[in-house]
Amino acid sequence: MHEWSLAESVIETALSIVAKEQVKKVFSVKIKLGELQQIDVEVFELALKELSKGTLLENAKMEILSEEAVLKCRVCGYEWSFKSFLEKLDEEDSESIHFVPELVHVFAKCPKCGSKDFEIIKGRGVYIEGMEVEK
Amino acid sequence: MIREHGVDPRVSVIGKRLGKIKNIIAVVSGKGGVGKSLISTISALILSKNGYKTGLLDLDFHGPSCHIILGEEDLYPIEEKGIIPPETNRIKFMSIVFYARDEPIPLRGHEISNAIIELLAITRWGDLDFLVIDMPPGMGDQTLDVIRFFRDRKFLVVTTPSILAIQTARRLVKFLKQLNIDILGILENMRIKDNDNVNALSSEMNIKYLGYLPFKPEIESYIGYPNKILESEIGTQLTKILARVFSL
Repeated sequence: MHEWSLAESVIETALSIVAKEQVKKVFSVKIKLGELQQIDVEVFELALKELSKGTLLENAKMEILSEEAVLKCRVCGYEWSFKSFLEKLDEEDSESIHFVPELVHVFAKCPKCGSKDFEIIKGRGVYIEGMEVEK
Repeated sequence: MIREHGVDPRVSVIGKRLGKIKNIIAVVSGKGGVGKSLISTISALILSKNGYKTGLLDLDFHGPSCHIILGEEDLYPIEEKGIIPPETNRIKFMSIVFYARDEPIPLRGHEISNAIIELLAITRWGDLDFLVIDMPPGMGDQTLDVIRFFRDRKFLVVTTPSILAIQTARRLVKFLKQLNIDILGILENMRIKDNDNVNALSSEMNIKYLGYLPFKPEIESYIGYPNKILESEIGTQLTKILARVFSL
C-alpha cells in the first residue's frame, strides 16, 4: 500500500528529529493528514505501529489530525473545498490524486471561472506538526 | 514539545528509495526538441539489452513521451508498500503519465517540485545498475531537484548542431560546471552534414564530445517499436557511443 511509504517517511523523519534533539522519550507525534491525498487512516496507523517497533517511537501516541483541503483560484480568487469536488470524481481520477496530489490540476478547475490555474492552500498531504518529548 | 510547524516527511526517505541504484544518468539539454526523450529511452533499452538492471524515469511532466517511444500506453504501477514501477523491455519504467493519462498537466514550479518529491518518496526502484532520467529542457525545477535529491548523478548533455541549441547548451553546461556536477559529456544529435559546432563547444567548455547521431527522418516510423529503434542506424550508433562511455 502507498500509505506504508508515507508512514515510513514519517517514522524516518521523527527518528531523525529524535536523534538531532537528543530525545530520551517520545510521548506523542502529531501528524497532519491533508484531505487531498485521501489516505486510508486505518492502514496508515497500522503502518506507523509496525514501523515504529523497536524504536524510540514504539510507545508514542500517534495523533492523526485531518486537514480539510482548500483550493484557491489564481485568476478570480474563488476558494472551494476539495470535498465538494471529490464526489464528482470517478475512482480512477481520485486514485491518481491519491498518488500525486498535484494531479488535482489535471482533473479539477475553478467552479466559478473554469481556470485550471489554482493553488492548494491547505490540506495537501502528510506533515509532522510536532512531537511531545522528554529530553 | 518539539514544534516542527509542518515538516514534510517525504524528503527523508528519498535517499533510501534511490540507495540501491549504482549509476544515475540525467539526460538534459538547453533547448527542447533536440531528442532527449528518444536518446534517454534508447539508452535505457541498450543498457538493458546489455544485461544491466535498468530503470527509466520520465520527469518531463509537461511533455512526457518515453511511454510513446516504448509503445506502452497501458502500463500501470503495482502498489506494494509504495509504488513498484512496471516493467517493459526489461526496463523498470516510471512516468507521471500513469496517473495523468493523456490529459494536460498544468503545474507551476513548486507544484512540479512537490510532485517530484512525491514520486521519489513512493517509488521503490530496488537494485538497479542504471537509472536513466529523461529531463525537460533547461534549468528549471526538475533539473534543480535532480541536483538536490539524486546523489552521484551524472549529466549527459544533448544538443543539435544548430547555433541556437548550442548557445543554450553552453549556458546549461556553464551552470552545471559552476555547481561542480559530473558531466559525462555532450552528445550531438540530428547531424545533417559535417560540422564542427558541437565538437568546438566541448573543447571550449572542457567536456567530452561523446559522438554524433545522424538526422534520420525514418526514425519517426519506428516510434512505438523498441526493437526497430534498436536496429536502426540511430540505435546502432548510440550503442557504439554508450559502449565507449560506459565500457559495456
